[in-house]
Amino acid sequence: MTWTLILLLAAGAYAFKFTGLVIIGARTLPPVFERCLALIPAAVISALIVKDTLTSGQEIVLDARAAGIAVAMIAAWRRAPLIVVIVIGAVVTAVVRQVS
Amino acid sequence: MTVSGPQSSQPNPGHSPDRPPHWWRDESLRPMIVACLTLSAAVGVFGVSFGVGSVAAGASVLQTCVISLVVFTGASQFSAVSVIGAGGSIGSALGGALLLAARNGVYGMAMSRRLDGGLGRKILAAQLTIDETTAMAVAQPTRREQQIAFWLTGGALYACWNLGTLIGALAGSAIDPETYGLDVAFPAGFIAMIWPLLSRVEARLAAIVGAAVCLVAVPFTPVGVPILLSVIGVLVGLRSPETASESAVEVRP
Repeated sequence: MTWTLILLLAAGAYAFKFTGLVIIGARTLPPVFERCLALIPAAVISALIVKDTLTSGQEIVLDARAAGIAVAMIAAWRRAPLIVVIVIGAVVTAVVRQVS
Repeated sequence: MTVSGPQSSQPNPGHSPDRPPHWWRDESLRPMIVACLTLSAAVGVFGVSFGVGSVAAGASVLQTCVISLVVFTGASQFSAVSVIGAGGSIGSALGGALLLAARNGVYGMAMSRRLDGGLGRKILAAQLTIDETTAMAVAQPTRREQQIAFWLTGGALYACWNLGTLIGALAGSAIDPETYGLDVAFPAGFIAMIWPLLSRVEARLAAIVGAAVCLVAVPFTPVGVPILLSVIGVLVGLRSPETASESAVEVRP
């Protein structure tokens, strides 16, 4: 992690917020544009889940993390609270890592 | 005798029976206030998860805390730290994080017609314009309640998010994250983030395609680039045949 990245990220993230709230304001954008922006989190966050669970650098690996995240997904599907999803994922990962 | 500007323009609080009581004394606002504070506390748990994951990914405690203070938009923070921690370039880390930050622009547009105040207050409001503050504000029936919900959630959530980050960063640097499975703090947090989005068919499609594109691209592209490529999922989601009927179904109590 570098301070350059932190500063660029802070500036970029704030620029989006400021642009919407102050510069564009109450004007409306084409609906397709808003729908695109609404779909980005679903596509990008699921890619991040894959990256953080099944990869190490440029390699695809299957290790304890996959077990933990699989159980965390079941917990989320069963509507468990946020803290339960995170703790259960960590515990299962730790246990599988110990026994394997 | 000179009359000082701001005071002379204020109505006398003791002599205006029409004015509603101060917001935190207003009984009718209690449920909304409780909801704002509960949500903020829950987001504090995400903050702990960010703190733990961030130090596990190689950032220092100070860097981790500064990120939460100045960036203040969860998914983007998680994304940037995750990509850079795995060895990605600054460009790809920034690209993925800013893709996720773009939706705050739409939230800003939604809030601009609901918030009073001049440029100074808008500059502050912009930093607090994220998923949770916007959702709490637009859910309120009146303009007054929308503003209270926005500022209350914004203030409480900012405090909880940063306190959570500090706790997580300190805890994460005191123990070996892998021993306790804390390296899954990020993906488990992402799962909690994404789950509510998946009630919509087009979002499910975007998520499946985004994940598949990432998996296929990992061996062939530099770290971080598969995250950028996952936006292909957005284009596929837009073409979902169910999309046209979605908006009619989406109205919920």
